[in-house]
Amino acid sequence: MATTTVSRFVASKLKSGSRAKASSSSALESIASVRLIVNGETCQLDLDVRQSLLDVLRETLDLTGTKKGCSQGACGACTVLVNGRRVVSCLTIAAMHDGAEIVTIEGLANGGALHPLQTAFIEHEGLQCGFCTSGQIMSGVACIAEGHTRSPEEIKFWMSGNICRCGAYPGIVSAIADAAGRS
Amino acid sequence: MIPFTLEKVDSPEQAITAAAAGARFIAGGTTLIDLMREEVERPERLVDINALDLDEIYEEDGTLVIGALARMSDIAAHPDVLRLQPLIAESLIEGASPQLRNMASIGGNLLQRVRCPYFRMLDAACNKRTPKSGCAALDGLNSGHAILGTSEHCVATHPSDVAVAFVALDATMRVRGPEGERSFPVEELFRLPGNTPHLEHTLQPGELIVEVRVPGGAYSRRARYLKVRDRASYEFALVSAAAALSIEGGVIREARLAVGGVATRPWRLRACEAALAGRKPGRRAFEEVAQLATEGARPLQHNRYKVELLPRTIVRALEMAGEAA
Repeated sequence: MATTTVSRFVASKLKSGSRAKASSSSALESIASVRLIVNGETCQLDLDVRQSLLDVLRETLDLTGTKKGCSQGACGACTVLVNGRRVVSCLTIAAMHDGAEIVTIEGLANGGALHPLQTAFIEHEGLQCGFCTSGQIMSGVACIAEGHTRSPEEIKFWMSGNICRCGAYPGIVSAIADAAGRS
Repeated sequence: MIPFTLEKVDSPEQAITAAAAGARFIAGGTTLIDLMREEVERPERLVDINALDLDEIYEEDGTLVIGALARMSDIAAHPDVLRLQPLIAESLIEGASPQLRNMASIGGNLLQRVRCPYFRMLDAACNKRTPKSGCAALDGLNSGHAILGTSEHCVATHPSDVAVAFVALDATMRVRGPEGERSFPVEELFRLPGNTPHLEHTLQPGELIVEVRVPGGAYSRRARYLKVRDRASYEFALVSAAAALSIEGGVIREARLAVGGVATRPWRLRACEAALAGRKPGRRAFEEVAQLATEGARPLQHNRYKVELLPRTIVRALEMAGEAA
């Protein structure tokens, strides 16, 4: 994948409270220079240390496929892969991931070809409103990689960190089982 | 979120110096970031300790050693953990979601804050959040709260699952601080609320958890964790039990038992353990012994069911342990 460098100074986007902080004596430590490799693209960013990884993905990098649901780590809508492991991006500070490789829903497809799990979600109708879907798919990709797909029960247990309020669980589980069988 | 500073350290000494000066450690951050966003936690200075070399998991002469920065998911899947102390793995897998288990460190797990809803509600009274402000749970919704180890100032349960397993298994922890290192039982990390519920643990300012050590016992392989909750996975315990049995010649030689979801700290049941020794394992013995668990229980308006659910959970956990090996 092509590697480019994105450099943006985000202080101008911060609210007034942040600007007040930026002028205080500890301003240097409140802003961190961070390199993230997001979907194969290297991004050099100056971040307020309060920014969650989720907020950086959505608001700084405009990768809005990752969703903010509860913002408390309870719903899984914000699931992304950090160095290959699934995490909830709402509960982690972006500045603590200097050098990390991050994969979001936007990074799954290979050119125009969807990832097999994306295809399976469509085929099995693993969604209704779709808000939780990017988190479900990112969590499902990790669930398959971890090998926790030997039965529908195992899939349900290991997907329990992703909540679907529409109740599309049967389709989600069968999509993951199907994609796991094909991979 | 209230402004704070973030610094990275690459030696325990740097971390300890910063913490002794008032900084807070951050590892996985799953509790701390959540509570900072709610402005329940308001640290001014965070120290990222993830670069410290404290995430090893290994065996040392039959004792399982878990570095403080080891993640829940890595511990639960580690061959030495599964071989030596399957109870630790089971309790970890029953705690939190896969995503959170990938993030949360074992040191942070032990120090996680309570899940009492009033602790998070800034306009509600909470002696833990704001000392001497009162306890809204006493007359509020308290179905999830503790029946053991409570005081008139706090009735919140300790939320960790693996801490219950650690306490059952006589795990110890090694900490390092400005005055050097010390070791003590994990059980002694947790304070009862008494009239100071804002003081939750016994660490001194600047002390850093280095590792947890779980000694092997004849009961280690016959050990199970049962977690009863409102849904089948990814939920905090209403009642949980860690049970381990050593059985020889059809008789219990040694038992280890601790419970969660019912007490203000991980709750060891030594009277039950003593009563189990010498008995033939089976429902009758387990039911008799489990009755001892609720001695001194002080149920609230909505959590009276725990007085019944606790012995039943213990019986089932002991049965599961008896069938394990």
